[in-house]
Amino acid sequence: MKVIKIDKTEWTKGLDALRGDYRLFGPVKEKEYCNFKELAKGESPELDMPNTRLSPKSLVFPQSEAMMAYSLAPGEDQNICKEVPKDYSPRAILGIRPCDAKAMVLVHMNFDNGDYQDPYWLNLYNASTFVGQACDKPCGTCFCTSAGSGPYNEQGLDVLLSDQGDHYLAKVLTEKGQKLMAAAGWKSEADGQALAGKKTAAETAITSQVSTDRLKSLDTMELHGADFWEDISFSCINCGTCTFVCPTCWCFDIQDEVYGKRGVRTRNWDSCMFPIFSVHTTGHNPRGTKLQRLRQRFMHKLKYFVDKYDQGIMCVGCGRCVQQCPVNIDIRKVCETMNSLDSEKFCAVQQGK
Amino acid sequence: MIAYTEKIRETAQRLLKQCQVEMVIGFRAGSMPMMNEPCFIRKPEDAGQLVWDSNCGINLANYLTDRKEGKIGIVAKGCDSRNIVTHILENKIKREQLVIIGVPCQGMIDKRRITRKAPGEILEVIEADGQVTVKTATDAQTYAKADVMQSNCMVCKHRNPVVHDEMVADPVPEQTDVDPYEDVKAIEAMTSEEKWKYFDELLAPCIRCYACRNACPLCYCPTCFVDEAKPQWMGKSQDPMDVRTFHFLRAYHCAGRCTDCGACERACPVGINMRTLTKKLNKDCLDLYGWEAGLSLDSRPALDIYNPNDPNEFIK
Repeated sequence: MKVIKIDKTEWTKGLDALRGDYRLFGPVKEKEYCNFKELAKGESPELDMPNTRLSPKSLVFPQSEAMMAYSLAPGEDQNICKEVPKDYSPRAILGIRPCDAKAMVLVHMNFDNGDYQDPYWLNLYNASTFVGQACDKPCGTCFCTSAGSGPYNEQGLDVLLSDQGDHYLAKVLTEKGQKLMAAAGWKSEADGQALAGKKTAAETAITSQVSTDRLKSLDTMELHGADFWEDISFSCINCGTCTFVCPTCWCFDIQDEVYGKRGVRTRNWDSCMFPIFSVHTTGHNPRGTKLQRLRQRFMHKLKYFVDKYDQGIMCVGCGRCVQQCPVNIDIRKVCETMNSLDSEKFCAVQQGK
Repeated sequence: MIAYTEKIRETAQRLLKQCQVEMVIGFRAGSMPMMNEPCFIRKPEDAGQLVWDSNCGINLANYLTDRKEGKIGIVAKGCDSRNIVTHILENKIKREQLVIIGVPCQGMIDKRRITRKAPGEILEVIEADGQVTVKTATDAQTYAKADVMQSNCMVCKHRNPVVHDEMVADPVPEQTDVDPYEDVKAIEAMTSEEKWKYFDELLAPCIRCYACRNACPLCYCPTCFVDEAKPQWMGKSQDPMDVRTFHFLRAYHCAGRCTDCGACERACPVGINMRTLTKKLNKDCLDLYGWEAGLSLDSRPALDIYNPNDPNEFIK
C-alpha cells in the first residue's frame, strides 16, 4: 500500500475537502482532557494531546442509542415498533489511536459473527473510515505492545498517520483509506522509510508490560476459585468507570422508556460491575457480591475471551482503566497475578481446606 | 508522613499479633503517582504493606458497611472518623467491632489540580515539608501543598479524628480562618437562569458510572433508587433529566449525613464537582439546625430526630 506525504500546511485544506463527503470526528479538547466529538466546520482534531479520556467506542456504540420508537395512542400505528431514522452517511474518524482501532477489531468479533450481526453497531462501523494516529509519546500506563497491539499497529485502521514534524506520513491500508485520501486531495506519494525507525522507537518507549502466555493453558475453574480475588476485589467500589472508559467493553442493556403516549426502545451501555447487571427476574443474583462481579470482568477479558476466540486477551493496553479507577485496581497487576497462578500451590491449599 | 506510616504499621502489627483485631483496613502503595489502594491486612507480617501520605483521599468508612468480623482495625483521618460515627449511628457497624487508628490529617492532594498544572505526564510526586514536587519527563515543579490540596481539604475544620482508640500522632491544629461555604454562597447568589446553566454544565460530562455514589460511605442502600427495577423509578439513558435526577436525589439522600470528605469528587472519572450539591445541604443543616454530621456518637442526625426548637418559619 502507498505512503502519502501530507504537508501540515495542506492539512486543514484537506479536512475541508473531506467535509464534502464525510462527517468528521476526532479528539477535541474539553478542559484538560480530550474526547471524540464531531468536528465543527473549520475545527481540526487535536492530535498533540495524550489519548482521549473516554475511548472512541461511543462513535460506533453510543452510550445511549435509540433503536425503535412507538406510539401507545390509539390509531393506525398503535403499539408498532418502528426503526428510528439514523444518519449512516460516511464518517471519518480522525486521530484514533492504534490501540483503540485494535479494540474495534475485538469488539467486531462480538457484534458480527456466525450467529449474530448487530445492525446498529455494524451500520456505524461500516460507515466509518478510521484514520489512525501513530503514538510516538506513549504514557506510563500504556502496555499495548504486550496486549496484542502497538503504537504503530495497523489492525482496524484504514490509514495510519505518523507525525514527522512539518508533515504527516500517511500509510494507506485499505481501499476505504484510499478513497478518503483521494477525497481530501492528499496524493503526493512518498517513501515510507521514516516509518520503520519511528515505529521501533515508539515500541521501545513502551515500558509497561503484561504477561499473558499462561492464561490459555490455565484451568478455568482453578483461576475462578483462586484465593487472590478477595485481595484484588477488596478495594473495588463496583462503579462502572473501568467498563465505561474501556474500548473493548461491549455489554449493553435494552430499556423501554415511555413519555406520555410515546415510547422509545433504547440500548445503553451496561456494566458487569453493577449488581443489577446479573439480577434474574426471580430476584436471584448469581453474582451477588463484588468479588464475583470483579472476577467476572477480569475472567471475561483475560480468560473466557482468550479461550473462546483464541485471539489474545480482550484488552488492548490503552491504560484508561488504570488511570481512571478511583481505587487504583490495576489490570496489569491482575493479569500478572492470574498469569502466574501457581496451580500446584493452589491445589494444595484447596486440598488442605 | 513517613512517621505516620511507621506508626500505622507498628499499630496494625501489634493489634494483629495480640489478636485484638481480625483485620486492619488501611491503604497500600498504588501503582500510579498520587494513587493509593484501600486494602486489608490479616497477618501481622503483612502490616508492612500499609502506607500513609497525602494520597489517601478515599474514605475508608465505605469499607466497613455491614462487615461481619467481630473486631476490625481501621485507619481513619478526620473525615473517615466522622463517617464511622455516622455508620455507627445508622447501625451499619457497631462501635465495639472497631479499633480506630486515628490519623491527624494534613489534607489530601488533588490529583486533578496537579495534573492540570503539569506540562506532561506525571512520573513521580514527592511530598516533603509541606511541599509537593511533581516530576515529568522534562521538568520538576514544586508547589506549596496548601495550593494543591483537594478543595474540601482546603476548607476542612475537622482534620483530627473525632473518635479513635489509637492515635498515630498528636493532633494537628484545626483550620479556623476558612469559610467552607464560599462556593455555595456564590451559587446561591446566582439568578435562576445562571443556576440552571451552572448545573447543566456541571453535570453534562456525567457518564452515570456511579463512582461518586459508590465511593460514598453514605450510599449503602442494598438497591439504589437508580437501580430499582420493580418498579423502575428512573430512566437509564443519558437523558439529562435522568442524569440530574440521579445527582440531585442522591445529594438529598445525603442531607445531614455528608461530611464533605470529597470521596465522590475524587472518584469521578470525568471531574465533576458534585460536592456543590451536598455542600448546599450541609450548609442548610448548619444554618437551620446548627448541625454538622458525624461529630458525636451522642446526638442523632438533624433529619433523624424532632426537636421542639427546630425552625418552622415555613409553616404559615
